[in-house]
Amino acid sequence: MTSWAMALFQRDLRLSVRVGGSALVGVLFFLAVVTVIPFGVGPDLNLLARIGPAILWIGALLATLLGLDRLFQADRDDGTLDLMLMAGRPLELVVLIKCLAHWTATGLPLVVAAPVLGIFLNLDPVSMAAVTATLLVGTPALTLIGAIGASLTVSLRRGGLLLAVLGVPLAIPVLIFGVSSADAAIRDPVPFLTPFLILCALSLIAAVIGPIASATALRFASD
Amino acid sequence: MFQDLSFTLSQGTALVVTGANGIGKSSLLRTLAGLVALAGGAIRFDGGEDDRPAHEHAHYFGHQDSVKPALSVLENLEFWQSFTAPTAATGFTGDLHKPMGALELLGIGHTAHLPAAYLSAGQKRRLSLSRLLVTARPIWLMDEPTSALDKNSEALLLSLMNGHLETGGLIVTATHTQLALAKVQTLHLKAAQPAEQALEEGFL
Repeated sequence: MTSWAMALFQRDLRLSVRVGGSALVGVLFFLAVVTVIPFGVGPDLNLLARIGPAILWIGALLATLLGLDRLFQADRDDGTLDLMLMAGRPLELVVLIKCLAHWTATGLPLVVAAPVLGIFLNLDPVSMAAVTATLLVGTPALTLIGAIGASLTVSLRRGGLLLAVLGVPLAIPVLIFGVSSADAAIRDPVPFLTPFLILCALSLIAAVIGPIASATALRFASD
Repeated sequence: MFQDLSFTLSQGTALVVTGANGIGKSSLLRTLAGLVALAGGAIRFDGGEDDRPAHEHAHYFGHQDSVKPALSVLENLEFWQSFTAPTAATGFTGDLHKPMGALELLGIGHTAHLPAAYLSAGQKRRLSLSRLLVTARPIWLMDEPTSALDKNSEALLLSLMNGHLETGGLIVTATHTQLALAKVQTLHLKAAQPAEQALEEGFL
């Protein structure tokens, strides 16, 4: 299994960092969203520090949704998807690997950028580390949930908006537990680990349900 | 889509599907490729691997080239070589090529390290064709294989197709041009009987 999986991962990673790829678009959008918030909210440093984790999470959610519509559509447009369906490889694994490559190219840069952007939002080191950790375990869930929307809208010309409408409600639990575990790290009453472990569980659940659901959708989209 | 359609193809034979535009030649090939679900009936492939459905024994060479412009020509081909699972069949001894060898054979070896975006339409077509040479599969489903190819490449394509038949493979192709293949069977698709249509219209 390893060689074809590696080949697919490498190909998708190459495609997203080369011309026409979406690797940098997401992180630039993330940067744009997070940097305009302080201008909109005003110079209240305490307020910024309080809503900082939430802003970083919402920015990450929107940036993830931005690049997802091309996840399968680019392959459908040039006939690659047909050949993938015939290749004799389990489609669920193909989806999982494509999501993994997509996350490495678009989700991981968000995690890396989060501490830097935390400075703009007056986050202290502890909450900066907490937000980064929650984004690291939570953004894969966003990609995997978004993949379901991406495969359902694969045959639609302008499916990006529909994808967001389909994906956002499913992503809300991830957002809730991501922000609450980041908050729990700063404030005392709730232990950090409880919501953080639920967030990890959400990612693991999405890693099972996402590929199965979107593989099913892709099989129906082929004709 | 189809009614009363049935055919059997024995080893080393090509089936040429003909018929008017829009009659369903491409749909027939896509059905054989497993991309369109069957409403009824069955597709069977004898002598193949038991745990794989018939369409996983087939290469589909359709209208779309499946070439990624951002990857180099060789990267495109090497991906398909490792991604597509080769399948065996009794009596089929397909000869395999290395990716570089397949590109040389099709006359685009000199472009191997260029981004595929620089290729012309015919060269992209040849790159797409080279996919069939690097992974062994007994069935080739070819939809208008000669489109965008010049005279020389057409002759080359014919010799490749004949070579595939000689090694015990099957070819199903939809085409409008005459192909000089070794063993050919023809399937001509026709619209349903006008009498039935008239009857239906009468009811409406």
